Amino acid sequence: MKTLDTLQLKAKSAEYRSKILKYIYNAKAGHTGGSLSITDILNVLYNRIMNVSPDNFDSNDRDRYVQSKGHCVEALYVVLADQGFFPEEDLLTLCKYNSPYIGHPTKGVRGIEQNTGGLGHGLAICCGNALAAKKDHSGVKVFTILGDGEMAEGSNWEAFMFAAHYKLDNLCAILDYNKLQITAPNAEVMGLEPIDKKLEAFGWAVRHVDGHDIDALTNTLSSLPFEKDKPSFVIAHTVKGKGVSFMENTLKWHHGVPTDEQLQIALAELSIESPNQVPA
Amino acid sequence: MVTTEIKKGLANLEVFSATLQALAETDKDLYVVTSDSRGSGKLVPFGQRYPDQIVEIGIAEQNLVGVAAGLASMKKKAFAVSPACFLTARALEQIKNDVCYSDNAVKLIGISAGVSYGALGTTHHSLHDYAVLRAINNISIVAPADNFETEQAIRTAAKMDSPIYLRFGKKNMPENLAPDDGSFLIGKGRVLSEGNDFVFFATGEAVWPCVEAAQLLHEKYNLSATVVSMHTIKPLDTNLIKRLASAGKPVITVEEHSVYGGLGEAIASFMMQEGLHNKLKIVGIPDEHTVHGSQNEIFKHYGLSAEGLMNTAISMIRP
Ligand SMILES: [Mg+2]
Repeated sequence: MKTLDTLQLKAKSAEYRSKILKYIYNAKAGHTGGSLSITDILNVLYNRIMNVSPDNFDSNDRDRYVQSKGHCVEALYVVLADQGFFPEEDLLTLCKYNSPYIGHPTKGVRGIEQNTGGLGHGLAICCGNALAAKKDHSGVKVFTILGDGEMAEGSNWEAFMFAAHYKLDNLCAILDYNKLQITAPNAEVMGLEPIDKKLEAFGWAVRHVDGHDIDALTNTLSSLPFEKDKPSFVIAHTVKGKGVSFMENTLKWHHGVPTDEQLQIALAELSIESPNQVPA
Repeated sequence: MVTTEIKKGLANLEVFSATLQALAETDKDLYVVTSDSRGSGKLVPFGQRYPDQIVEIGIAEQNLVGVAAGLASMKKKAFAVSPACFLTARALEQIKNDVCYSDNAVKLIGISAGVSYGALGTTHHSLHDYAVLRAINNISIVAPADNFETEQAIRTAAKMDSPIYLRFGKKNMPENLAPDDGSFLIGKGRVLSEGNDFVFFATGEAVWPCVEAAQLLHEKYNLSATVVSMHTIKPLDTNLIKRLASAGKPVITVEEHSVYGGLGEAIASFMMQEGLHNKLKIVGIPDEHTVHGSQNEIFKHYGLSAEGLMNTAISMIRP
C-alpha cells in the first residue's frame, strides 16, 4: 500500500522536523520539543501503518488516529499536509487570527479526527472508536499517542481498564516517553515507573521500542495486536527536541520558539540528515 | 384552564427505558452506555433484550462520556446514561471537549436529576446542570415534564446529529399534562393552559406543581394562569416568551435547579434585554446548603409545591 523505503522515511522525518520548526518560528508559538519527539512515530503511522488518506477520510472504515497529547499538533499538521489533506502553505496561518490551524487539533482541519488539547481525553474516545469497530467487524484499527506527563490523568486509567475489559485488540496506545514534562522530569513531577508492569497488570500487551528508529517502529506497529484479545501499549522511548542538538532533552524547548539564528542552526543540523532539505 | 383530570403515569425514567427498547428493536446502531447504572436507569430489561447494544463502563463517568463520544464518532447513536449529579459534574470536561467541542452527537441522559435523590444529600443532587451546560456551546438542554414529552424528546434525540442533554427524575409523572396537538418540538415551549393573570414558565418535574397551582388559583381566587412547559432550556424559545410576556402579566419561573444560572435567569435575561419589565419571580433552590428529604418535601420547603407557587403568585399582585 505505502512503499517508501527506510531511507526515504528518514529523510521525511528530517523534512518534517524542519517544517515543524519553520512553522513554529513563523507562528511565534508551538510545542517544539514534543512535536520533534513524536515526529518519527507519526511518520511511520501515516506512511506505513494506518489505512487513512484524503481519499478514504470520509469512509467509516478508515483507521483512526486521535492525538491525546494534542499540544504537539505542529508535528501532526506537517504530516497531514504531506499526506495531502491540505496545502502545506496553509500552515503559514498557524495560530493566526481566525485560522483553523490552532495550537491544538480540531476537526476544522481535514485529517483531524477529534478536538483534543485537554489531557487524558484521547484514549477514552479511542476506546469508543475501537469498540464500535469491533461491533461492526470492520477491521478498523485505532491509534493514539499519549504524553508521559499525561499519564498522571486518572481518566487514562479508567480507559486502560475499559480497553482490557472489552479485549480491544484493535486499539494501540503509544506512549511518547521522552521522560520530560513542562516542569521537570516525570520522575520528579509524578513518577510513572514501572510503566510497563502497570500496563501489563491492567491487561495490556506491552512492548518497548526506540521511538526514533524507523525500522523498529515499523516492526513493532506491524505486529499488532501483540496478543490476541489484548489492547497494545507501545512504550516509545523518545528524546524531547529530537534532531536539534541544543533542543534535545532541554525543558525550555517544551514550548520554546526558535530565534532566527537558532532556526538557521537547527535547519542546518537537520539538513545533514536530509540531503533534499532546502534551508529556509 | 386545565379542567380535565390529569392521569398519573409512570416515572419518566420508565418511559425513557421503554422508548429506547422500542427504538433499539429496529435500530442496531443504537447503544446504551451506562456507568454501573442500569438498575437506577431502569435499563435491566434493555440489557436483557439487547445485550449487544448495552455497553457497561463501570463507575467511571469520565470514561462513560469519552467512550460515548468515540462511539458517536463512529456513527453510533450513543445514549450515555448516568445519574445527573455525576454525569454533569465529574464528566463535565468530557462533555465540553469530547462531545460539544468535537461535535460528537452523544445523547447525555441525566437520571434521578435535581433532588430526586433528595434524602441522599448534595452529592446526589444536580442543581447545577442547567447552569454549567448553558455556558457550553453546542448542546441542547431538555427536561421533560411528563411521560409524553419524555417519549417525544427521546425519539427526537435519537435522530439528532448534535449533542443533547436530557434529564428527569424517578417519581411518577402525569401521562400527559395536555392533549397532544402534534406540535411537540425540542426548542419550542409547550403551552399547557392559557390564562389572564399570570404566566408560569416551568421546566421538568417542576411543571406539574405549576399546573396544580393554576388550578388552585382558579378555585380559590378565580384567577387564571398560563402554564408553559419549557422542556427545552436551551435553545430557549424566546419567541414564545416574548409573546406571553408582552401583555405585562406577572411572570413566575419554576425549576428544580439552583436559582442561579438556570431557566429563570435565562428568561429574565431575555426579558430585560427585550425591555419586558414584567414583575418576575425566579422560583428554584436557593443558594444554601440544600435541605434534605424527599423530592416532594424539598419542593414544599422551597415553595415549589402547588400551594407555595400559588402563594408566590398572589404575593405578586397583593403586596
Ligand atoms: Mg514528555
